[in-house]
Amino acid sequence: MSVISYQEAALQAVAEEMRRDHRVWALGEDLGRGGVFGQYRGLLEEFGPQRIADTPISEATIMGASVGAALVGTRPVVEMRFADFALCAVDEMVNQAAKARFMFGGQARVPMVIRQPSGMWRSSAAQHSQSLEAWYAHIPGLVVVAPYTPADNKGLLKSAIRCDDPVIYIEHKDNWALEGEVPDEADYLVPLGPARLARTGNDLTLVTWSKMVGVAEKAAALASLQGMEIEVIDLRTIWPWDQELVFASVAKTKRLMVVHEAVQVGGFGAEIAATVAEHMAHVLTAPICRMGAPRAPISYAKPLENQLRITPEQIVATASRQIGH
Amino acid sequence: MPNNDAHPKHNIDRDRLVELYRTMRRIRAFEEAAEKASLSGRVGGAVHLSIGQEAIAAGVCANLRRSDQITTTHRGHGHCIAKGTDPGAMMLELFGKQGGTCGGKGGSMHIADFQAGMLGANGVVAAGIPIAVGAAHGAKLLGEDRVVVCFFGDGAINRGPFMEGLNWASVFHLPVLFVCEQNGFASTTHSDAVTAGPGANARAESLGLEAFEVDGNDVAAVDGLVGDLIPRIRGGAGPKFLSAQTYRLKGHTSVDPGHYRDQDYAAAQWEKDPLLRTAADLRRLGVSEAQLALIDKGADAEMKVVTDAAEAADYPALEQAFTDIQDIGAPVWRDQS
Ligand SMILES: Cc1ncc(C[n+]2csc(CCOP(=O)(O)OP(=O)(O)O)c2C)c(N)n1
Ligand SMILES: [Mg+2]
Repeated sequence: MSVISYQEAALQAVAEEMRRDHRVWALGEDLGRGGVFGQYRGLLEEFGPQRIADTPISEATIMGASVGAALVGTRPVVEMRFADFALCAVDEMVNQAAKARFMFGGQARVPMVIRQPSGMWRSSAAQHSQSLEAWYAHIPGLVVVAPYTPADNKGLLKSAIRCDDPVIYIEHKDNWALEGEVPDEADYLVPLGPARLARTGNDLTLVTWSKMVGVAEKAAALASLQGMEIEVIDLRTIWPWDQELVFASVAKTKRLMVVHEAVQVGGFGAEIAATVAEHMAHVLTAPICRMGAPRAPISYAKPLENQLRITPEQIVATASRQIGH
Repeated sequence: MPNNDAHPKHNIDRDRLVELYRTMRRIRAFEEAAEKASLSGRVGGAVHLSIGQEAIAAGVCANLRRSDQITTTHRGHGHCIAKGTDPGAMMLELFGKQGGTCGGKGGSMHIADFQAGMLGANGVVAAGIPIAVGAAHGAKLLGEDRVVVCFFGDGAINRGPFMEGLNWASVFHLPVLFVCEQNGFASTTHSDAVTAGPGANARAESLGLEAFEVDGNDVAAVDGLVGDLIPRIRGGAGPKFLSAQTYRLKGHTSVDPGHYRDQDYAAAQWEKDPLLRTAADLRRLGVSEAQLALIDKGADAEMKVVTDAAEAADYPALEQAFTDIQDIGAPVWRDQS
């Protein structure tokens, strides 16, 4: 084990996969200087400008060309810089990458990883802060991944690069500096799909992902001081999500709360809540509870931005009402 | 527009022109059969016919290797046939039947045949441009000497991916031939009415691409020009751009009567039908009526066979609605009927 950052973990993942498979390459704006978050630092020196490609500011073509390059047998790692900019390439993700395999009757695959740094981060306002994982979970053909720990960022990114499906890979911008233990073994993979039990508890199941895992862990620690034991599940893959682990946990705790940074309305929490309600209503001892952002654009001014953030204290307050129910 | 009356006599080999004519005739026969099947309701969905534009498909693809690749559009039957896709599998696809190029999952607008280097038609205007560029980028990364031809219409040049894709091909010096089929229309709108500036070639040149213009109804001219360009592109000369002037003789889709166009003008365009012109050139080169009739009848017979077979074929198994979506997180099939 080594203690490294979320950013360093991602860097190692890409470098290892590029060494392992000559068909893997990365493309996006400013990659030659390491990418805007340093998550490609040093890769140009090792792999050269063909495989660490600096592109024009042409998101639609970064994405569309990656689809074409994937269809002919390469494995692009597509850097979108900010999730918000991937919206300039929605046709290429949704109509092309996600559908080519199916529409063409299985003649071709689109093995590409679409990295979308997401979430609220230092006063970045409405166009540099969004969490849109639910949009992609809605699209047949896409896999959606949102790691929280450095170890998962390494292991899941490596799995995503090896996956033959297009993978929307959501890294939280507030997590780049987060440090954690990451196994040293050369082929450390985390499979796409299974969730991670971040903390055990008997009173409430809290399902969350990405940066909110840390917030939920803080909340669970606070709740524990008040005698409530919250089980925290880090979903880490949004589609497909780990129903088995969530169901097993809810069967034990009989209560479910879903927390995410994205807007609550139509958020992926609604899918989890509805699925649990459909299958497990009879075991629940309290109504399912969702916590997400209000349906408002993200503000610039700090106090306004804070209105949209979910805090550990809010989670504890909601959890205690639910547990006391 | 090039002057059709003065169309140049290229020193084309007679046998080659016969083969180009055969390709065009097969495309025409396929589309006439598809049109009939569409109008009678046996083929559903939108069917976009390239009737009148066959010389471009035939003249371009005659210069490609099987390993070369193309992307095409909603109006792509001709490109597929010219690139070597089996019309039988294409017709099955139009009928949504088992054995179609895409197993009946795509239909006319999503025909693909990767074995023949046909990387897919596309239901989204201009979406094939970045894909073609990426296929060429991939070839370059993998060290393969493929050329990629990207077909699109005069309407597509007003979408952003056109500018992005041409810029990209130019910046990365990729082996792509862009072929803009200038058929005068974008759906029911005259392309000229919504296109500013001096046109597609000027846009291409402004991005550093060498751009050419050809009479797209003159198959020998298309063949001759593309025959020069492809080896240059394969040899590393970078992307090239070709505007082919033509006319969409039919409506936007099989069910569009095209009432919005000048009827006299439209009728006069049939005199420039590339099939008539090529047949006339062949006669001048000494090809007999009997030989021409044999080609025409052969094409019609071939397409009758494939249409009858498609009609008789079975629909795909129901679980096919749930296959080939994704490896991870795929839906589980349940009979919904
Ligand atoms: C992005 C997008 N916008 C609109 C359409 C609807 N549409 C289908 S074909 C077409 C006209 C395209 O014109 P052009 O590119 O000249 O091709 P042509 O049909 O003439 O071959 C339109 C508007 C579409 N398929 N995709
Ligand atoms: Mg047109």
